[in-house]
Amino acid sequence: MKQKNIEEKLAVNKYDLDEEVHIRIKEETCQGCDPKPCVVVCPADCFKLKDDRLTFAYEGCLECGSCRIICPEEAVDWALPRGGFGICYQYG
Amino acid sequence: MTNHFEAIIVGAGPAGCSCGYTLAKAGLKTLIVERGKFPGAKNMWGGAYYGPSLNQLFPRFWEEAPVERQLHRHKFSVLTADSSLSTEFETKTFGEPPYHGFSLLRSKFDRWLASKAEEAGAIVASELQADDLLWDRNRVSGIRAGGDELPADIVVACDGVNSLLAEKAGLRKKLSPRDLKLGVKEVIQFPHETIEQRFGLTEELGLAWEFIGTFTRGLPGGAFLYTNKDSLSLGVVVQLSALAENRVKADDLFEEFKHHPALERYLDGGQLVEYSSHLIPTAGRTMMPRLYSDGLLVAGDAAAFCLVTGLILDGANLALASGVAAAETIIQAKNKGDFSQKTLSVYEENLKKKAIMEDLNTFKSAPHFLENLRLYRQYPELVCDLAKNVLAGGGQPRKKTWTLFRQSMKGKISLGQIIRDLIQMKRSL
Repeated sequence: MKQKNIEEKLAVNKYDLDEEVHIRIKEETCQGCDPKPCVVVCPADCFKLKDDRLTFAYEGCLECGSCRIICPEEAVDWALPRGGFGICYQYG
Repeated sequence: MTNHFEAIIVGAGPAGCSCGYTLAKAGLKTLIVERGKFPGAKNMWGGAYYGPSLNQLFPRFWEEAPVERQLHRHKFSVLTADSSLSTEFETKTFGEPPYHGFSLLRSKFDRWLASKAEEAGAIVASELQADDLLWDRNRVSGIRAGGDELPADIVVACDGVNSLLAEKAGLRKKLSPRDLKLGVKEVIQFPHETIEQRFGLTEELGLAWEFIGTFTRGLPGGAFLYTNKDSLSLGVVVQLSALAENRVKADDLFEEFKHHPALERYLDGGQLVEYSSHLIPTAGRTMMPRLYSDGLLVAGDAAAFCLVTGLILDGANLALASGVAAAETIIQAKNKGDFSQKTLSVYEENLKKKAIMEDLNTFKSAPHFLENLRLYRQYPELVCDLAKNVLAGGGQPRKKTWTLFRQSMKGKISLGQIIRDLIQMKRSL
């Protein structure tokens, strides 16, 4: 099987995207955090580091909750997408 | 009040549906709210179901439920970078009704389960998110969902491992990453004949295959493969805190695992159709929240009901059983006309009757034992090295197994350490 990266894997999933962003990062709190473990644990690569700054894209989110639990600064303001929106597993 | 429900259940997974089904059958006005587009849309698991709960609820469920394959064969493999040592077990009775287990896909299965609750008279409202609890002084009196206030005599939080409701109700603190495993999974599609040929199966029969080994780079975790009708459920499960501390991405371990020589040939030509992820509450009793408060019960993953024995990771069976126990508690409370904590405390008794508490108690130190890092590096290397040396004939004079064993241990582990680990294993598992 040809190896796929996470972005390619997420592309096969079905989502119904909400225009409303369900996860917000408290930027000021986040800046002080050095290890930024969210970047490592997020299985959908929603968190990326660009020049030491955290960028976050909610579109591929699998709603697992890892980022909220791993964040040492409680900088992840985590909520679920509104009813009906977000990931829609066809297999599960 | 037309919108007053006797019970509102949040989450149409196994716990929520079994609870809703049992309540509706007893004649209670029951609402199940589900945030997904349909029940199952937000849910994933490894993909193997074992245990008696489902058959107790729906006798001979396999005749109508969307099951994939009967899991009559178990395989367990220990992997190092280039080797694997496996044991396989099957027995005749596993393949006879009520059957040992089934592979299932949640998107189809949860929809079926919710339809059973609906048939019994419960209302299932999909695409509805429970945003908050309603309070009447210190008592939960319903939920706020999609901008509406929905009052109820009792609310059951079956909202999964992240249970924001249990947190909001103050029944537990934020979860610890040490108590959770992150699962990532792919569903890979094949023609069903390919699956049957490759794994030596017939049309109905399937294989449950679990792995432990160096592919987790010494982090606590493992991997699984379950055969569905025309797909494989394949995934890796690793402790969340260990991923963060070692700065390892679960998907990197997953790819390493998939390209292991013992596995790669089984996956050739398959087509990825879904990539999913989920947290699993694997710390057992120690992470359990308080299970009830005035007007509120917690069941399923939300209550961290997940049995970890080393060989078994059982969540769905406990979820189904706890949903029924919650329903029985509510029926008792209704008969008394009192939904206070005091009455709801019979929930613990009802859970005991279903062996949930007993199982969790029996294996209460298993999660700690499974944090022994030697299980994920030294021991896989030791057993694979030994197997290789015992089997290989390199033209050198052969040695006795014990001599080879001592040779394999060198630089990896001491005999004293093995004995200490065995004693620990005896106590925990």
